[in-house]
Amino acid sequence: MSIIATDAQVELAYNANLPGRETYTIHGGIHPAENKSQSVQTPIEQAPIPAILTFPLSQHIGAPAKPIVAVGDTVLKGQKIAEAQGFVSVPIHSSSSGTVVAIENRAIAHASGFDAPCIVVETDGKDKWIEHQGVDNFTTLEKSDLINRIREAGIAGMGGAGFPAAVKLNTRDDQVIESLIINGTECEPFITADDILMRERAEEIIQGTLILNYIIQPTVETVIGVEDNKAEGIAALRKAAIGTGIEIVSFPTKYPSGGEKQLIQIITGKEVPSGGLPSQVGVVCQNLGSTVAIYKAIAHGEPLISRITTVTGNAVERQQNFEVLLGSPMSTLLDACSYNPRKASRLIMGGPMMGFALPSTELPIVKTTNCLLAPTPEELAPPTPAQACIRCGMCAEACPVNLLPQQMYWFSRSKNHDSLMDHNLMDCIECGACSFSCPSNIPLVQYYRASKADIRKADAEAKKAEYSMERYEARIERLERAEAEKEAKRKERQEKAAAAAKAKEAAAKAAEASASTNPSTTPVNTDDPVAAAIARAKAKADGGAVDPIQEAKDKLAGLEKRLSKAQAKLQTAIDTNDENVEAFKISVEKLQEKITTAKAAIPAEPNASTVADDPVAAAIARAKAKAEGKTDPVADAKAAIESLNKRITKAEAKLVTAKETNDENLELFASSLEKLQNKLNDAEQIVAKHSPNSSDKEAPILVADDPVAAAIARAKAKAEGNSDPAEEAQAKLDSLNKRIGKAEEKLATAREINDENVEIFASSLNKLKVKQEEAQQALNALSPKTETVPKEAEPVDPNDPAAIAIAKAKAKMASQADLSPKAKLEKDIASLEKRIGSTQTKLTEAQESSADTVDILASSLKKLEVKLSDARQALHEL
Amino acid sequence: MSLLTVSSPHAHGPKSTTWVMRQVVLATLPGLLALTYFFGFGTFVNVIFAVICALGFETICLKLRQRPIAFYLNDYSAIVTAVLLGLAIPPYAPWWVVFIGMAFAIFIAKHLYGGMGYNPFNPAMVAYVVLLISVPVQMTQWAKPLTIDGNFIGPVEAFLNNFGFSQSLDGYTAATPLDEMKQNSSLMLEQLYLEGESFGGLLAGIGWEWVNIGFLIGGIYLLYRRIFTWHAPLSLLIALSVCAMIGYDGGSSNSGGSPLFHLFSGATMFGAFFIATDPVTSAVSNRGRVVYGACIGILVYIIRVEGAFPDAMAFSVLLMNFAAPFVDHYTQPRTYGHKAKSLNPSKGDQ
Repeated sequence: MSIIATDAQVELAYNANLPGRETYTIHGGIHPAENKSQSVQTPIEQAPIPAILTFPLSQHIGAPAKPIVAVGDTVLKGQKIAEAQGFVSVPIHSSSSGTVVAIENRAIAHASGFDAPCIVVETDGKDKWIEHQGVDNFTTLEKSDLINRIREAGIAGMGGAGFPAAVKLNTRDDQVIESLIINGTECEPFITADDILMRERAEEIIQGTLILNYIIQPTVETVIGVEDNKAEGIAALRKAAIGTGIEIVSFPTKYPSGGEKQLIQIITGKEVPSGGLPSQVGVVCQNLGSTVAIYKAIAHGEPLISRITTVTGNAVERQQNFEVLLGSPMSTLLDACSYNPRKASRLIMGGPMMGFALPSTELPIVKTTNCLLAPTPEELAPPTPAQACIRCGMCAEACPVNLLPQQMYWFSRSKNHDSLMDHNLMDCIECGACSFSCPSNIPLVQYYRASKADIRKADAEAKKAEYSMERYEARIERLERAEAEKEAKRKERQEKAAAAAKAKEAAAKAAEASASTNPSTTPVNTDDPVAAAIARAKAKADGGAVDPIQEAKDKLAGLEKRLSKAQAKLQTAIDTNDENVEAFKISVEKLQEKITTAKAAIPAEPNASTVADDPVAAAIARAKAKAEGKTDPVADAKAAIESLNKRITKAEAKLVTAKETNDENLELFASSLEKLQNKLNDAEQIVAKHSPNSSDKEAPILVADDPVAAAIARAKAKAEGNSDPAEEAQAKLDSLNKRIGKAEEKLATAREINDENVEIFASSLNKLKVKQEEAQQALNALSPKTETVPKEAEPVDPNDPAAIAIAKAKAKMASQADLSPKAKLEKDIASLEKRIGSTQTKLTEAQESSADTVDILASSLKKLEVKLSDARQALHEL
Repeated sequence: MSLLTVSSPHAHGPKSTTWVMRQVVLATLPGLLALTYFFGFGTFVNVIFAVICALGFETICLKLRQRPIAFYLNDYSAIVTAVLLGLAIPPYAPWWVVFIGMAFAIFIAKHLYGGMGYNPFNPAMVAYVVLLISVPVQMTQWAKPLTIDGNFIGPVEAFLNNFGFSQSLDGYTAATPLDEMKQNSSLMLEQLYLEGESFGGLLAGIGWEWVNIGFLIGGIYLLYRRIFTWHAPLSLLIALSVCAMIGYDGGSSNSGGSPLFHLFSGATMFGAFFIATDPVTSAVSNRGRVVYGACIGILVYIIRVEGAFPDAMAFSVLLMNFAAPFVDHYTQPRTYGHKAKSLNPSKGDQ
């Protein structure tokens, strides 16, 4: 293996034999007894291959690895048995050959004490390697290829935290890395795993550092930082680093200099921002053990399957370092060192400052197991009861990140999370220096750990609550919007119905007048016109009075069929991206319009049918029909206005969508809208002109054969004629109000979406408002008349036979209406059944074509069924 | 065999609260020796009696509060309070002065607030001020320094006097240098130094300069032992010196006394190293302690020169005990990886 110095290294200052450069100091720090010499007296020893290897799937920070072997599979040494899941994750390799005997939860060394998923391999003792190959010259490989190899080798920070090494090397392109720092500090007492590596494998460390240097290409320096209590290791490294440009920096021994952030401060004087990464200040830091693993992965193609672990403490007879297969039970090493559990005060994985007290000796060695410490009570005394905090501040003097631990202790006890955050609890690195120096023996770090967990939990809960609140509010808003839409539709329908009813009433009154007086339409004996009318009506009723309803219903059914077909066509057109989509849409809309008109016609039927038996009523109805024929221009105009209004709204909607989608037909739409509006104006004018006139015109037609009736009719006509303008004005006002409401809505949405048409909308709104005012004034001018006129028309003269007849007929009609609730109900039921049938067919069609309307149809079907059952119950009760 | 599973860190430093308190008691010895040498065994008797009272009262309190008695007595905090009050009370004050003072310090100033670590005010100083206001006659009669009439008061004599068995020491009182300075209205300071009964020492009056030097030695020992940091005492002494320098107009009859006079008279060194450094009641951060100490120094000077009392350490310390949380709020140190905190309180906790 030749040493290849890249350009970056050549540029570096060569000062390997200099006594060392100026380093910076960190705040605080402590000097616990080092206890390192006892475990470096003998060289690294190979630990035996155990019978069982246990590989926890999560030995690193990040997502746990995912098993890629099954129980019963045979695996070779170095074979990947679990792959990385996600970016911050590393794969796991079998550290010896054997058979997978279980993939299940096993006890691992974790503070939670929970079992965690592990792959268990029974070794066969052959220790047979999988085929692997390294590269002689790493500079022949791309950087990304090298990083990938490091990732695939499963290397995670071996200093204790276990952060995936490859993730740290993947620096962003826009970040200039000035310093590459290899962390050989090993500041924890007792641990000598890195120290022994420096003494025995300095060459590999330097090689690994060169690989990292090649990947990172630091612009200023490549440094291996070592505490000055490792003189032999430093000497070995300096010897191996000659000619490479790698600087070995030693600095005064002080715990916790080996923390990543602390080492960066010591070497460069820079501070990693709170919550940030070293790369933000131009530094990449790697553990010394990881560097050796990286060297093995690149030069030999060996994944991370073993590590150096220090076994120390006076409760073991031999204190030394082992190269141990990952997954070995800790007892393998402890047995090799003649561990005496009776002498041990506890068993610690890691060092005495940050190590984890193990609950058992059978837990597996993992990538971060740098030390097994079995101290006697003399070495590490059992914790004594805590005394009161006197705020002496010795903890603050010891804190490496310059916190106020004594204050945080009080806040932690009172669960004052705000103050804890204000005192930067989250910056605590849990090094234990405060607890170490506390004269009152308060387990400060334990308080901070608990508080951190509490705060994280509270934060998570607060976030969850916030999210739920947002969802809840959105739902309420949606429901309200839907309700408002429904309400608007309902209102619209009611208004329409009211308008239709009014129109009808007006027409009926007009017809009444003409029917009773017009000789041309009712050629009967002038002596008894009522009787004649009755007779004629009877004759007609015998004929086909039910027809119109049936006809309308048939028509409706036909229309619905056509609509569903058209909808299906439209759906397929949309699905197939047909160019005729627009055409289909229009036809569907038209059909829907027709259906609404047809439906509007049907509700009138029950009246017609009940009236059908009543000759007078029939006559009236017929007269109404005739009157309708006569009042054509007004009614036509009204109908036209209605349909025009509809078309205008549609056209407007189209125009808006066209604007939104930048349709090329924009102008076309605009002009058509204009035309429609013109037409509407014309129609409104016609109505305005004709409605008073038409009744006036009709009045002369009435022949004065029956003076009284004629008078009544005239009066009625007059009343109607007089009331018309007011009604018209009212209608106009209503429609204007409606349009204003719409325009306002549009304006609001336009403002919300910052539409460019805001101004147009605003101006049109203004115009509408002006119109509304005019209409209001007109109405106000008319209103006195409307109040006075009906009084003249209403009273019925008792001497007038016609009037009596009408009154009687009306009474009869009313009584009949009262007498036949059963028939009514039956009719209702029949119609409901019909509607249910049609809805069901529609629903099935919709379901077959999986149309959007399924839900709506289903809900309407349900409603209809409810109504039907209600009606049936009512009938039953009768 | 089950293994002990406790959280890290597993190692612990050698210091303990008991050790810290013992060091403080130890550090008062030079001052106590100086007091005894110049003023006889009165203070010694007071300190012993105060300690006995403190242990008794502490035991009663712990019993009432159902706390383990031996565990808490062993922390020496009551003994420290007793020693400090015993040193502050005039040497030949009657026994009940000490008794009342200790009762107030332990029962009210300490345990009513929750015991050790919870008291917002220094118990010894609370007791001292209560006594000064309640029994001003006994509290302002300080003994004549030995060198003035060459009559040394032995332990037995002191005991008999303090416990009311004899009144032989009635005439042994004398004004302290601070009293004389306060009452001086016509003499130039140089003249005062020459004519004043209590003056005549090297720096600031017979005996008192040595008492202060004794406490200074003790304070330096505690600094060396890292019992506390230099911030509070040093800033206190500097602030007091600066004030004295400003007020010392070359020694006219209106002047407030030289810096050296202020540094080495009265309770200056005792207060700087044994009262202002009380961790429980002082500011917590080093920056905060600088502010805290400096404010005490300024208050001491103002009250000494402008106030109604000749000395002011107890008042100043108590006033700053009030202000300590406020000082803490604005002097939080900059944490690693953070920008310096702005003084705008709206950013922090409100």
